[in-house]
Amino acid sequence: MIFNFIFGRHKKERQAQAGSLSDLHVGESAIVAGLELSPPVAEHLMNLGFVPGLVVKVLRSGPGGDPRVYRVDGTEVAMRRDLSRHIRVELIGAPAFGD
Amino acid sequence: MSCHAVTSPSDEALGTSYRTIAVVGPPNSGKTTLFNRLTKLRQKVGNFPGVTVEHHTGYLRDANGDEIALIDLPGVYSLIPKSEDEKVAVDVLTGNMPGTPRPDAIILVLNSTNLHTHLVLAARVIALGIPTLVLLNMADELRKQDGHVDVLSLARELGTPVALVSATTGEGLIAVQNFLSTATATPEPLELPVVGSTRGYREWAVRVGTNAGYRRPATPVWTARLDSIFLHRIWGPVIFAVVVIAVFQTIFAVGQPLSNLLQKFLDTTGARLGAHLPSGMFQSLVINGVWKGTGSVLVFLPQILLLFLVIGILEDSGYLSRAAVIADRTMSRVGLNGKSFIPLLSAYACAVPAIMATRTIESKRDRIATILIAPFMTCSARLPVYTMIIAAFLPDRPLFGVFLGTRAAAMLGLYVLGFLMAVTTARLLKSTILKSKDAPFILEMPPYRWPTPASLGLRLVDRGKAFLYRAGTVIMLVSLLLWAATNFPMHHGQPPQVQDSVVAKVGHAIEPAIRPLGFDWKIGVGLLTSVAAREVIIATLGTLHGVDPESHATDLQAALRHELTPAAAVALLVFFAFAMQCMSTIAVVRRETNGWKWPALQFSYMTCVAYLAAFAAHSLVSHLIR
Repeated sequence: MIFNFIFGRHKKERQAQAGSLSDLHVGESAIVAGLELSPPVAEHLMNLGFVPGLVVKVLRSGPGGDPRVYRVDGTEVAMRRDLSRHIRVELIGAPAFGD
Repeated sequence: MSCHAVTSPSDEALGTSYRTIAVVGPPNSGKTTLFNRLTKLRQKVGNFPGVTVEHHTGYLRDANGDEIALIDLPGVYSLIPKSEDEKVAVDVLTGNMPGTPRPDAIILVLNSTNLHTHLVLAARVIALGIPTLVLLNMADELRKQDGHVDVLSLARELGTPVALVSATTGEGLIAVQNFLSTATATPEPLELPVVGSTRGYREWAVRVGTNAGYRRPATPVWTARLDSIFLHRIWGPVIFAVVVIAVFQTIFAVGQPLSNLLQKFLDTTGARLGAHLPSGMFQSLVINGVWKGTGSVLVFLPQILLLFLVIGILEDSGYLSRAAVIADRTMSRVGLNGKSFIPLLSAYACAVPAIMATRTIESKRDRIATILIAPFMTCSARLPVYTMIIAAFLPDRPLFGVFLGTRAAAMLGLYVLGFLMAVTTARLLKSTILKSKDAPFILEMPPYRWPTPASLGLRLVDRGKAFLYRAGTVIMLVSLLLWAATNFPMHHGQPPQVQDSVVAKVGHAIEPAIRPLGFDWKIGVGLLTSVAAREVIIATLGTLHGVDPESHATDLQAALRHELTPAAAVALLVFFAFAMQCMSTIAVVRRETNGWKWPALQFSYMTCVAYLAAFAAHSLVSHLIR
């Protein structure tokens, strides 16, 4: 799949412990660090559970790699890459909820 | 599960006088199922003034037999008035909605399997200071998947009565009756989150949940298993295609014949009824006006009910969200999202149920865009018109051997034409008036569930009623107007020949306008009467040429060849492909968008496009042939 090809190039970069949600592979988890989105969209995502500090997991991807389904705090949410690209995440091991 | 009964912090007994109660809850909390369970069929549908948001008001009786109105508010995650749904919810809860009294109490429905997310809404509702009953729905799922919550502790934390219920099984709903007959003080929560950040609310929710011993249930195994098939790279699209074909087949191969059968039945009963009436204006009014009008409303019912049965199964089971994920990539190319796919597909059978089906699209702008492009899809009412004109002008010759003849190719071309215009219009809308930068594709994936017959049945009754009452009246009115236009002025108490009627006069009047398309006044009259339904133009042209289109189809085709140049015939086909020649669609758009603004815009736009395209086609073909 094409996105595997693209991600192959991101692999090294991800050692930096932080990136955007769209950089994660299916099956990987990370901690939400921040939403770089307009207030109404950010608000909606936070209501669904995308709150800084919570663990988000990439559950699976739709055909062609977009949109993908994420799980955060028990809620499963599908969104496109044009959105998940603006969600900053830190890889597990970084400070947790309520730091 | 420790306790299913209501646990009220203040136990002052004796009757209350709640007259209006608002039912609030996030999407996917089972709020609507609960509302239906509580009010049965005793509910009515309405629109709040000035918004497209629809709401149901249901009625139930308290222990004293007094009637209480239950207002079902749109599903919201928060009470920050950012979307139209949230604004409506806030306006009703604060008493700022004209025509709706401020509710005396609130029933807050939360999904017990997802408490941390849903408690955020609880904080905001409790802060309103209105007596509130918190119902933790889906208790059966919580228990089955080894989740837990201590109802008493949560009631203490929130300062409101709390009950674990299941809307599908009816478990714990006695709590509602208890709430109605016990005076409950305004909520006294131990602690409310600091107003402001959503993160603060979330942390509060987690703290309250932890204090109430909340243990999240395990993710349903079946949901994960099914998703690994339904969202599979290869199987996902394959299953999607099968489902889509099944939906299409149901409407086309089952709904269409049912509608035709109903039409035939109504026609024969109408004829029989007419035989018992003295001939004259009254008979004509009853049979050709009222009865025909009723018929043109009723024929849509089988298709609407079938489509909503299918969509109901897809939505209640949870598959509709997965289908949206599968279709999203394709739909995003035209600026729409995956949720528009099924409605647009159903528009190939009929735009009326398709437009009603757009209510599964959460984004208002995407929903309007889908409504606006749906009538461009080649619906079944266009087929008889296409068939007649193509048969009259195009000899059937093989184009690609036995696979494709010229007539079939022309038909296919018209399908493609409608689709291309729909796509173009969608792009146009989404890059101009319906630009939705702040409404991206975000879709919650509910776990898979079995749809219940009760919930499906209620939905069918609800949609059927909404169509008959709210759209049916407009369709009826236009039918009567058209009847009057074809039956006046009377001559010696007899209706006139069509060529002497009001509609013919209008046809003559618009002739200069349609002359550039190659149409004469007879086609003009056909265009006018076909607003009732597209295929009506065939009957009208038959009457105008004095031939019965049923028994003498070839005679009518000959008459058409005499009347229209080939270029004009192409123009007529193009006009029918694009024009919004359908009062039922107009009526349904008005009903779904709660106003005349969108249907007026849509009708003007489609008529302009149809006129210009027909003009272009006429000029081009005349030029080519010459």
